[in-house]
Amino acid sequence: MARSAERRPFGDHLGRGLYLAFCVAVLVFLIAPMLVIVPLSFNAEPYFTFTEGMLRLDADAWSLRWYRGIVADDDWPRALGNSLVIGVAATAIATALGVLAALGLANPAMPGRVPVTALLLSPMVTPLVISAAGMFFFYSDLGLAQTHLGLILAHAALGAPFVVITVTATLAGFDGNLARAAASLGAAPPTVFRRVQLPLIAPGVISGALFAFATSLDEVVTVLFLGGLEQRTIPRKMWSGIREEISPEILAVATILVAFALLLLGTVEWLRRRGGERAAARFRPG
Amino acid sequence: MTSPRTGRATPPRIAGYAAVAALLAAFSGSPSAHAESVTVVSYGGSYARACQKAYHEPFTAETGIEVRLADFNGDLAQIRAQVETGNVHWDVVDLNFPELVRACDEGLLEPIALDDLPPGPDGTPARDDYLEGVPLEGCSGGGMLYSTVYAYNRESFPGEKPTTIADFFDLEKFPGRRGMRRRPAANLEFALMADGVPADRVYAVLDTPEGMDRAFRKLDTIKDRIVWWEAGAQPPQMLADREVTMSTAWNGRIFNARVLENQPFTIVWDGQVLDGSSLAIVAGTPNLEAARRFLLFAARVESMAAVSRYIAYGPVRRSGASLVSTHAETGIDMRPHMPTSPRNMANAVFNDWEWWSDNGDEINERFNAWLAR
Amino acid sequence: MARALRSARVRAALLTLPLVAFIGATFVAPLGAMLIRGVHQPLVADSMPRTLARLEGWDGRSVPDEATFRTLASELRSLRERRVLGAVAARVNRVESGMRGALVRTARKLRRASPASWREATIAADPAWGEARAWRAIRRAGERYTARHYLNALDLRRDAAGAVSAQPPERRIYLSLLGRTLAVAAAITAICLVLGYPLAHLIANARPATSNLLLLLVLVPFWTSLLVRTTSWIVLLQNQGVVNDLLVAVGLIDEEERVALIYNMTGTLIAMTHVLLPFMILPLYAVMRTIPPQYLRAAASLGATWRQAFVRVYWPQTLPGAAAGALLVFILAIGYYITPALVGGRTGQLISNMIAYHMQESLNWGLAAALGGVLLVCVAALYLVYDRLVGIERMRLA
Repeated sequence: MARSAERRPFGDHLGRGLYLAFCVAVLVFLIAPMLVIVPLSFNAEPYFTFTEGMLRLDADAWSLRWYRGIVADDDWPRALGNSLVIGVAATAIATALGVLAALGLANPAMPGRVPVTALLLSPMVTPLVISAAGMFFFYSDLGLAQTHLGLILAHAALGAPFVVITVTATLAGFDGNLARAAASLGAAPPTVFRRVQLPLIAPGVISGALFAFATSLDEVVTVLFLGGLEQRTIPRKMWSGIREEISPEILAVATILVAFALLLLGTVEWLRRRGGERAAARFRPG
Repeated sequence: MTSPRTGRATPPRIAGYAAVAALLAAFSGSPSAHAESVTVVSYGGSYARACQKAYHEPFTAETGIEVRLADFNGDLAQIRAQVETGNVHWDVVDLNFPELVRACDEGLLEPIALDDLPPGPDGTPARDDYLEGVPLEGCSGGGMLYSTVYAYNRESFPGEKPTTIADFFDLEKFPGRRGMRRRPAANLEFALMADGVPADRVYAVLDTPEGMDRAFRKLDTIKDRIVWWEAGAQPPQMLADREVTMSTAWNGRIFNARVLENQPFTIVWDGQVLDGSSLAIVAGTPNLEAARRFLLFAARVESMAAVSRYIAYGPVRRSGASLVSTHAETGIDMRPHMPTSPRNMANAVFNDWEWWSDNGDEINERFNAWLAR
Repeated sequence: MARALRSARVRAALLTLPLVAFIGATFVAPLGAMLIRGVHQPLVADSMPRTLARLEGWDGRSVPDEATFRTLASELRSLRERRVLGAVAARVNRVESGMRGALVRTARKLRRASPASWREATIAADPAWGEARAWRAIRRAGERYTARHYLNALDLRRDAAGAVSAQPPERRIYLSLLGRTLAVAAAITAICLVLGYPLAHLIANARPATSNLLLLLVLVPFWTSLLVRTTSWIVLLQNQGVVNDLLVAVGLIDEEERVALIYNMTGTLIAMTHVLLPFMILPLYAVMRTIPPQYLRAAASLGATWRQAFVRVYWPQTLPGAAAGALLVFILAIGYYITPALVGGRTGQLISNMIAYHMQESLNWGLAAALGGVLLVCVAALYLVYDRLVGIERMRLA
């Protein structure tokens, strides 16, 4: 594409330079926090800034001591366990219910689609403090406060909208005639779902599940309101760490979480492309 | 579950798997019923570590009951919320005296009969062994005396050093930001003493509307330079990071940062506000028996004296005073570092916990409104 | 045909039913119950029924009779034994400051008393009982349904005569806090638009490989834990942090004049902009990608200047993306809690932080519910605008 040709009439080199510099600055702003936290987590000193030794690339100034600290501590592994248990269970519920709902919403015959969609997506836009406050009272009355189950239900409700959105988006590019053709050939609805729809929407399902999982893994407000000591998750521990005793161990945990985020992002991107290619291949004429 | 490769899962089956996974997760992670434990909520940091070594670990060794530690900042709010919603998940809490008196009155704590508390080593009954003024309202046992002081980082003041409580409020002579606890108690006392009120007149002055205004006006003079802390572990950290040049703090935290981490901190004892804290059991805990055993263990004089071997806090029982000896890790003589050491008591005020428990609510309200402005 | 359609409708509806029921039970019902909590406060009415019954015939000005004092003392004693005194006292205290202490003190002092005159004994325990306002406070707190919390959330109150009027100036905080929250959300939205627009344009018009790489860079923060990002902003911006160190090192500022970048409104603005920027860039990018570059070239060949082409041709076409991004950022921003709580210090707090404060510290749950209700109305209104302008069904991620 003639990229430069389109802009040359308006902007001179100076303008273009400023525009690029501005964009680079914004990008730096976006990723700077990640760029800073990773090297600082290897600081041999308990400071949150680069020591002279680190800048000189002195080997002694760098160390893995904070990572060893996390492993040696009982609390972080326990928090990780809680995060995973709650995250996996909440994701399972959100994904199962979210996929079903998305299938219903994608059906052109779905009655009242807009209000139902608005309802199903509402946990995503409702301020978390309000959701968590409501859940605190309601779940307390049901005896679900300070239980894993309570947090699982809360996180499932917060994660389900993401599954609905991603799966609905995948289904939007999906030819309804395929399902109808399968049905006309005598396939029962579960068979149609399993053999025709599921393979096509799988990338959307997995992306949605990863979104729901990431949501649960990062969620701290409902944990603050609903969780007790036995439900301390990674973000909950980070929260008290940041508020009270910010130790370099937090930077080490943060670095691990950044790596995990990159892994999730990579998976979702890969799925997106793979899904896109697959859909393209299927609907290529001829 | 929704394996895209096999594509075997049908919608009902997915839901089934999900439900099973959720239930498994819920049960696998629920509080373990097998190992008996007691949840103790305290102020975190070096104080919590000192208590762990002094009497949590010996308690577990003696009874087999595991102690789980959690942190809080001394507010009654969470206890009130737990008792009122019936979600009690804290068993034993470490409360400062004003909060202890109020919580006991409000019915937030389990009653403890005074005669159940263990006698002193020489057989003195507990009721005669506690220091005068320790509020034994029938809800508590255990505990220690501590002090709110201010400390500075010596590196921040290479020349003249602060020595009086007035210096804390003197931004011209000693520039830099100040750390203060985000609640009115002790701060108002400091403000009045810095403004020239003698220690023994502080509560008489605070009890008048003009005196209260005077304290807030004094705080106004440094308000813009105050960094507020909530957890006891924050002041030493803020001093070490030079986030502030001086900060109010609990004396034991500064002591431990000095001896264990070699931090260049100096405590200014002038105008110190002495207070105490004591253990109590949250009303309605499902863990009452273990909680009671723990509290009675902590109320032994030996347990209290052991605390003073790890942090510079004194026992609240008379028979404990003679047991204060040296720091367990460095061998330092602990007596001069105790808030009640005569040298440190030259200008000190005892927190009037009755006054605070009567007036705390109104003052807190005013303090929060003042903060928000 | 009609039957087939109906069964398709039923089938579709049935598929959504489980999630609708789930969200209804785990999310909508709790919200509804909380909003009701803002007006329904039965605790005092249930706890002191006899005292309140006696106060029904009271004139509201004089000191009540001996029988009322005796009833109060006996109910206080039973409240103390049942351990609900603290909760009841806290609620009365919200109507009349100072009543918590009065109730608790009185209950303590009268717990074993059986005086000749309950009236004298009670007033001796706390002089507040000799004044009508203490009794009025009991009566007001005993109302089962009350608009007090919603009025309070809007800086209004009901005076002694029952008329609604504005709170005294020193107690007006919630409306200005709501205003501040909306202003901060608007500022963040504007900053995100200014920062995000050129970058989205660059990504939309770069070569596919470059575009993919840039998009990934935008998505990295999007996927990174909020707490991680907040931690790094603290590390970067604090007094002894990386940015201040850098400024001192290059000599822009002196060691003594390090800039306060965090634990104030600046910190809130920086960290929240960072968190919300991807929500602006992504919808902008999605729209810009679909705008053929020929349009601009056509405008240029017709003699338009850069500015004219942008204002007349490009900007109008990107409006849907800008509106979608701006609304999303705004909606998310007005409900933010974590970031301001961690980096906002004293001055950078928003309305959500006040809700959390009343939930967790002051335990004024009725007021927390009412403030939540006010905030929820704002969000719901914006959500509807979003549906009108963009369409809820078109909400997209990444």
